[in-house]
Amino acid sequence: MTQPIISVRDVTKRYPGGLQALSGISIDIEPGEFVFLTGHSGAGKSTLVRLLAAIERPSSGSVLVAGQNVSALSPRGIPFLRRNLGLVFQDQKLLLDRSVFDNVMLPLIVTGQPYRDSMRRARAALDKVGLLDREKARPIALSGGEQQRLCIARAVVNRPSILIADEPTASLDTEYAQTITEMFHSFNQVGVTVLIATHDRERLERGRVITLNHGRIPE
Amino acid sequence: MTAWLRHHLQSLQHALGRFAEAPFASCANIVVVGVVLALPLGAYALLSNLQLYAGSLPTEPQISIFLSTAPGRADVAALEARVRNAEGVRSVRFVPKDSALASLKRLPGLNDVIASLRENPLPDAFVVTLTSSDADISARLETQFRGLPGVGTVQVDSAWIRRIESLMRIARSAVLMLSLLLGLALVAVTFNTIRLQVLTQREEIEVSKLVGATDAYVRRPFFYQGVALGVAGGVIALGIVQGAMLVFNADLARLGPIFGILPVLRLLALQDSLSFLFFAGILGWLGTYLSVSRHLLVYDPL
Repeated sequence: MTQPIISVRDVTKRYPGGLQALSGISIDIEPGEFVFLTGHSGAGKSTLVRLLAAIERPSSGSVLVAGQNVSALSPRGIPFLRRNLGLVFQDQKLLLDRSVFDNVMLPLIVTGQPYRDSMRRARAALDKVGLLDREKARPIALSGGEQQRLCIARAVVNRPSILIADEPTASLDTEYAQTITEMFHSFNQVGVTVLIATHDRERLERGRVITLNHGRIPE
Repeated sequence: MTAWLRHHLQSLQHALGRFAEAPFASCANIVVVGVVLALPLGAYALLSNLQLYAGSLPTEPQISIFLSTAPGRADVAALEARVRNAEGVRSVRFVPKDSALASLKRLPGLNDVIASLRENPLPDAFVVTLTSSDADISARLETQFRGLPGVGTVQVDSAWIRRIESLMRIARSAVLMLSLLLGLALVAVTFNTIRLQVLTQREEIEVSKLVGATDAYVRRPFFYQGVALGVAGGVIALGIVQGAMLVFNADLARLGPIFGILPVLRLLALQDSLSFLFFAGILGWLGTYLSVSRHLLVYDPL
């Protein structure tokens, strides 16, 4: 039995004001798994993603990611945890004043990789999502689907062991959404653990499905 | 090590890039800092020139020694030798009571009074010139001379020394206070400049942190920027002060022939200038530190 790469234990998250987003949930995800996290809007999917990425801390319970206890991580340790994660956000968070290529370069520059090697890896990542010919464009000039692919390229360029995506296909039409989901599967095939939070119940094939309902996991 | 060096180069590049993005606003900021720093620097330059001038005044501090009884010639010679050999004495002049009376008689109005005297009431005296205007030295010599045999009264003409010294002390305190206040202003200007920068870069900061940037990485370009702001402002201030003194010197040179003197303001020395720039940089660093400590917290949800 391998050690789970993500382990959520009895996690509760209450926001100031009394909103309880998660109520005592426990999830184990093995290395190399492909997991859909699904549920209605407001079920707590995004909250769980934010806890895994150390953007928020749980009110109680523990969150372990790649062997690190996120809930007890010191602020100094957070950047190093995030270097193991590839994050794709609902609101994308692309830098609009930089080219497509520079957006993908950002995680490599931030972690101080050698420049030549970084350029090669950034091109490889862009190639994987089919955007190599757009590397000089500004993100604003890309279509919605292309922007989402750019986010994925940025998430995988550092070769993370875990890829976490929050509603990566929410704003895309069916055909694009299918392409994106295929891309995640191809990263999963080379050993990356993938967790996708989505309310879209149509494309949940080929993966384990965890459903959240009002901050709980129904039996 | 190379990664660390690369970070610094990138940060420097970043800071320069931000300057290039808004050259006019950046220049305006630098000029503000320059003018703010020019005030205490100029005051310091003037003060050190005054100090130099005060140290070179031609009138030297004096002590007058009045003898109590009319001694014989030998006594006077022995006393003069002892006074002359005291430490801190530059020269000694003997003023016999007859010549003192003669110089009094030359003053208009006193002639009648003096003529009515049956004998000369004035004592013999030494006028001692000191080597320095230090108040401690004159006080020491005063006690020493008072203990000599045959000495009646010792009078230190050091009131004006003390006055100049206390004036200088007040001026020094004023310069210090001005420096503190305007140093504070520089810190405040840097604080606000960096705050604006943090707000402008908020997306970049947020995304960088999400892809694993450390706090140090995020802060570094701001520190370069803050220190550069301080140092560049310092250069402007040095330019203003040195330039102003050159202009004054040209004016003084024109006045020289009229008044028969030729005072020249001494420019700030290289060492003074460098330590001034160093402090300006430190203040810029401090303003940045306060600003990023406060404003980058926004991006730390934990």
